[in-house]
Amino acid sequence: MRKVNQKGWLFVLPVVILVAFNALVPMMTVVNYSVQETFGNNQFFWHGLGWFQDILRSERFHAALGRQVLFTVTILLIEVPLGIAIALAMPRKGFWVPVCLVTMALPMLIPWNVVGAMWNIFALPDIGLLGYFLNHVLGIDYNMTRDPVAAWITIIVMDVWHWTSLVVLLCYAGLVSIPDAYYQAARIDGASNWAVFRHIQLPKMKHVLTIAVLLRFMDSFNIYTEPFVLTGGGPGNSTTLLSIDLVKMALGQFDLGPAAAMSLIYFSITLLVSWLFYTLMTRHDTH
Amino acid sequence: MKKRAIIPILYIIFLMLPVYWLVAMSFKTTQEILGGFSLFPQRWTLASYRTILTDPTWYWGYINSIIYVTLNTVISVTVALPAAYAFSRWRFLGDKHLFFWLLTNRMAPAAVFALPFFQLYSAIGLFDTHLAVALAHCLFNIPLAVWILEGFMRGVPKELDETAFVDGYSFPRFFARIFLPTIKSGVGVAAFFCFMFSWVELLLAKTLTAVYAKPIAATMTRTASSAGYELGLLAAAGTLTIIPGAIVIWFVRNYIAKGFALGRV
Repeated sequence: MRKVNQKGWLFVLPVVILVAFNALVPMMTVVNYSVQETFGNNQFFWHGLGWFQDILRSERFHAALGRQVLFTVTILLIEVPLGIAIALAMPRKGFWVPVCLVTMALPMLIPWNVVGAMWNIFALPDIGLLGYFLNHVLGIDYNMTRDPVAAWITIIVMDVWHWTSLVVLLCYAGLVSIPDAYYQAARIDGASNWAVFRHIQLPKMKHVLTIAVLLRFMDSFNIYTEPFVLTGGGPGNSTTLLSIDLVKMALGQFDLGPAAAMSLIYFSITLLVSWLFYTLMTRHDTH
Repeated sequence: MKKRAIIPILYIIFLMLPVYWLVAMSFKTTQEILGGFSLFPQRWTLASYRTILTDPTWYWGYINSIIYVTLNTVISVTVALPAAYAFSRWRFLGDKHLFFWLLTNRMAPAAVFALPFFQLYSAIGLFDTHLAVALAHCLFNIPLAVWILEGFMRGVPKELDETAFVDGYSFPRFFARIFLPTIKSGVGVAAFFCFMFSWVELLLAKTLTAVYAKPIAATMTRTASSAGYELGLLAAAGTLTIIPGAIVIWFVRNYIAKGFALGRV
């Protein structure tokens, strides 16, 4: 049991000051914009909750939110099972372990716009490796600047490429923490591979999987740079995810009020889903 | 047993293909790139790399990025250390809420903060400095560092602290001489993740800089859009941004997975 010691506040003070400076001041600015109307000249008028109502009713927001949910759900459904499968198949010791870890972690350390640019070059129809292969070897008509379906598939494959390793690394960390004795006991009982997975490996991975899903949810829901560099939200609006739409509204059209209201709604959705998931996953834990 | 190895092998091939293509592009001449498809560079050239390493607007991009990333890593880990210690050892008023609040900052979309950050850092006169980017990245890196370090510190038995105090160590001396060396792998992991998230972030870094602290990633976007199709140059610049990450990852390879797994969720 940890001791009660109010001196703890002194220790966390620098963290609180720095994070609060970065979080609260901009957040208050956003709240401030979200309830005001401006006609230029830096003159602002009270607008109440008008922007919030507008955003919640706007087709544009619904469409962007729909695309965002579709994107996040799809990548979670691919990355989580795939990550678990790869982690299960990875060697536990020996020369190949560091090789696997380093090569797998590499995509996560590439700046996000380079990831977008790299996939752009990779997917160019006539001179990119992927584009050339699809168009000229397999004979599939592939051009992501024209075809929304191709753009969607490319964005999803790019995200799987970029982030599946996070799930792999976390699951792998959970798996190596299982003592050999568990497997020996299972073998003596004649347990099938599935039973070992279901009753030994999966429960041991629950904690790390919670972290993996949470991180992947938050980051994919907030994704901006990679799809922006890859497709710019197009063709048309087909890959305009929430953040891309938000930046378009705030910095492109300079509609500060609606953009601020949208930011707050957006942030609340992320917060609510994360909190619900976190509460559900830790409900049965005894502390 | 051996049959299973096919899955990681296929996965790694999939991961390496786009990287290979980027590197291959960087050694090709512009004519070759635009002239048609070739799996390997036909005429190897270092022209793109030469441009980047001799043109100050290019190589200063790298220096700027490395400066603010290092600054951010140092700030984040330094302030996170005492906080993580307090969270792992003591209970105090509102500690759980504070911990959750810190984590919520990891959930805020950077796009939400871009404009207010610009106004805030302009108002305090830090716009276009390395410090501005380093401080802004603290928003998501400090919570992460606290989270990782707290996990490692909880694994250290409290008896270590108590014995040291009985032996007459003062708190600062105990912390520097005994505690820090015990959790040095945790510090390594936290620093790695701070480095990583500061290195890959572009939106805030680009918003907060104009000329003097412009990150390499922003220099690249300019080339990609304005100077036409200089794909070779873009590919070479991209390849160079992978190298620092690869070096850092090699040093912490045995701890990466552990760092996240130990955090408390």
